[in-house]
Amino acid sequence: MLAHEMAFASPYITSFAVEATEFPDLARMHRVSAVPKTVVSGGAEVLGALPEPAFIAQALGEPSQPDSANPDARKPEA
Amino acid sequence: MGLISADDQERLREDFSKLTRPVRLLFFTQAVGCETCHITRQVLDELPLLSDKITIQELNLVLEDDTARQYGIDRVPAVAVAYVDGEEVKDSRIRFLGTPAGYEFISLIRAILLAGGGRPSDLSEEGRGRVAAVTMPLTMQVFTTPT
Repeated sequence: MLAHEMAFASPYITSFAVEATEFPDLARMHRVSAVPKTVVSGGAEVLGALPEPAFIAQALGEPSQPDSANPDARKPEA
Repeated sequence: MGLISADDQERLREDFSKLTRPVRLLFFTQAVGCETCHITRQVLDELPLLSDKITIQELNLVLEDDTARQYGIDRVPAVAVAYVDGEEVKDSRIRFLGTPAGYEFISLIRAILLAGGGRPSDLSEEGRGRVAAVTMPLTMQVFTTPT
């Protein structure tokens, strides 16, 4: 779970894995209609399981970085 | 031992043999009004049988509210993963809300291995750099279901 990895790597990040069916109030509050859904305290959200660069960018609310999310996108064809 | 098959126990014993420091699972519970606290306790109780580096500390959400607050826990069942570094108990900042079964059980095992020095971080070097640049407290909640 990337959020857990981020928490362990940073003294500023705490990560909760929330079992949505056991806490329907939390799931409703955060409009969880599909899992995994990651909700970050600053307001950022990540839908689905993404590759690391895209997950970190979205979780930290960084501008999207298509190159790092998909490193092969602009590589010239061999 | 009933919840984990013999084969899985063997695999977990092998994985946990890589732990280089003790891991403490802080299990927050309460006596009434918690339907899944019992099954969570059953799951957690199997783990110390598989490694002498794993201990469970049971805490009552109401009676030990100072500790609950310290770990940001306000509902149960909840598990906070801590590890012992020298004499000091350190918080991994990894938490689980709800029964750690199915997918979350695998996440719990991986969290134990990470906190206990039994595996390296999954993050790439670039990812670690970006995470290290965070200087504001952030709480992430990852909603999952057991399957």
